[in-house]
Amino acid sequence: MSLSRTHPSWVPYFFIAPFLIIFSVFMVYPLLNSISLSAFQSYGPQFSTFVGLDNFKNVFQDPDFWTAVKNTLIYSCASVMIQLPLALGLAMLLNRPDVKAKGFFRLIFFSPALVGLVFVAILFGLLLGARDGLVNETLRHVIPGFPAEFFWLQRYVMPALILASLWIYVGFNMVYFLAALQSINRDQIEAAMIDGANALQRFVHVILPAIKPVAGFVVLLSIIGSLQLFELPFILLGGAGPENRGLTLVMYLYQNGFEQNDLGYASAIGWILAIFLMGIAIVHRRLTREEL
Amino acid sequence: MMSMKFIERSSQVMAYVLLTVCACITLVPFIWLGFAALRNPEVYFDFQFIPRVRHVQMMAAPEDSELRKVWTAVLPSDGMEISAAAELVGADLVNRARNEHLIEYRNGKVAWDMMSLQYFRRLLSGNEFPFVRSFLNSVFYASVTAVFATLFCAMGGYALAKFEFKCRTLFTRIVLMALVIPGSLLLAPGYQLLFKLGLLDSYWGLILPGLAPAFGVFLFRQSMLNAVPTELMESARIDGCGEIRLFFEMILPMVRPMLGAFLLITFLGCWNNFIGPQIVLQTPSKFPLAVAIAQLKGIYSTEYGLLMAGTILSIAPVMALFLLLQKEFISGLTSGAVKG
Repeated sequence: MSLSRTHPSWVPYFFIAPFLIIFSVFMVYPLLNSISLSAFQSYGPQFSTFVGLDNFKNVFQDPDFWTAVKNTLIYSCASVMIQLPLALGLAMLLNRPDVKAKGFFRLIFFSPALVGLVFVAILFGLLLGARDGLVNETLRHVIPGFPAEFFWLQRYVMPALILASLWIYVGFNMVYFLAALQSINRDQIEAAMIDGANALQRFVHVILPAIKPVAGFVVLLSIIGSLQLFELPFILLGGAGPENRGLTLVMYLYQNGFEQNDLGYASAIGWILAIFLMGIAIVHRRLTREEL
Repeated sequence: MMSMKFIERSSQVMAYVLLTVCACITLVPFIWLGFAALRNPEVYFDFQFIPRVRHVQMMAAPEDSELRKVWTAVLPSDGMEISAAAELVGADLVNRARNEHLIEYRNGKVAWDMMSLQYFRRLLSGNEFPFVRSFLNSVFYASVTAVFATLFCAMGGYALAKFEFKCRTLFTRIVLMALVIPGSLLLAPGYQLLFKLGLLDSYWGLILPGLAPAFGVFLFRQSMLNAVPTELMESARIDGCGEIRLFFEMILPMVRPMLGAFLLITFLGCWNNFIGPQIVLQTPSKFPLAVAIAQLKGIYSTEYGLLMAGTILSIAPVMALFLLLQKEFISGLTSGAVKG
């Protein structure tokens, strides 16, 4: 990599200035400020009293926080363990050399990812209607004895959220897997076939190692994304839902910061989430680095 | 050899079948949404997709003298339309007869007169709900943010990728570190900052914080490392090309696919952003679509058709934009991951 050295000295500063100014004011400053903010109990942006580490103590003692942690982790596990295998399977189907119209299928599978979560939530709110929703109507035809009313949004909140997330993200993640599969050298797979490797062996020994970097990236992306779940349950349930069944970490932060107006407490929650996410990113980096 | 070919052929067919089934499952919610917005309220709950004309079919003779009225009214012309039967004996009685399984409904021809654009008209007329205003707000917010964020990120990425200067490594490290900061951590301190700056409930407060995404600078830095040859920059300077003209006329065209992809990603992100405007804005006439539609859900929670029409009009523009820029978008999305 060669760098320019014949430029007047102001040039790089000129080009980075707009980004750096806005970045400092709206990212770095609030970030630093949130450290001190998390030591205050506040009411709105103006009134606050110093409470030291009490915010963190109170968060960990709040049963609602643990409900939010539980719900968020369940959703996150489902995202990785249901969504990603489906996405990979779909990508492998689409990557078959004898399948035509790849672009057409990819376009269809990807399209739900363009719909904003607010709009997805409104759509699924009606699709999952207890009596007349399309999902229940279909299940009634498929499963004999399926009840006349099935309360997704009251009793089965997590399955409902996971169902909606499958519709949104399977195609999105498939695009990444497909790009990775397409970059595998076909000769490698054919060589393995000539050596007598069956489909499973080819998958484990040729395909999986080749897509490992992308798979690692997709796993990290969906863990981080799913841990920040907010809009989908917030709109779908109009809040945390019955018995906090749809309460997530970011919703817990939102409720405390912007409904109870305690920005200090919300900052403390934000830091707990951030440290957790950074931990995951570090572990992920260790794991993927060791494999290299 | 024959059997080998047969296995290959049938697994190809299986692949197509599976792909088609998955494609249908993906598309059904969209199609359902479309018909839900078109169906008239009288028949909204009677059908999932296309409304049909319903006929009455006799099943069993009623004992009840009240219900016998239905029987005698309908019997002369078996299979009369349900609306005609209701006119003769009243809709309540027809419903009761159905609940007691004395009659059944049979779907006939498509009921074109039961579909209309009334919900779209109501939304666009703006008498009940400032939908058009919200739409324009979204267009403004998303395009201004996308254009300037792309420009600033391309400039920043260019500086970090191609110039030797004092703080280059430090800045690059900070950008990389900022990639792992979750947006939700910034909600509370960001809100306080906007309060101090007097930017709450204004578009400045919504747009400014979105103009410097660290991941944008990172993406442009990565793509410019490879795509822009330093020698070209130096020879352009010898030819007397100014630095700013160099950037706009030579550098930007070299990363055109990245520009398109990032523009679209940012536009999409703003268009669908809910939590930002929900926190920053208070005046309803300033709300972009995502917040306005969530409100519409609260106010007209029983007018499903209206809600669905609003949802369609909200997702249609990004769908259209995506269809136009599909190739760039997907290559931009995956470039970071696959090249690694």
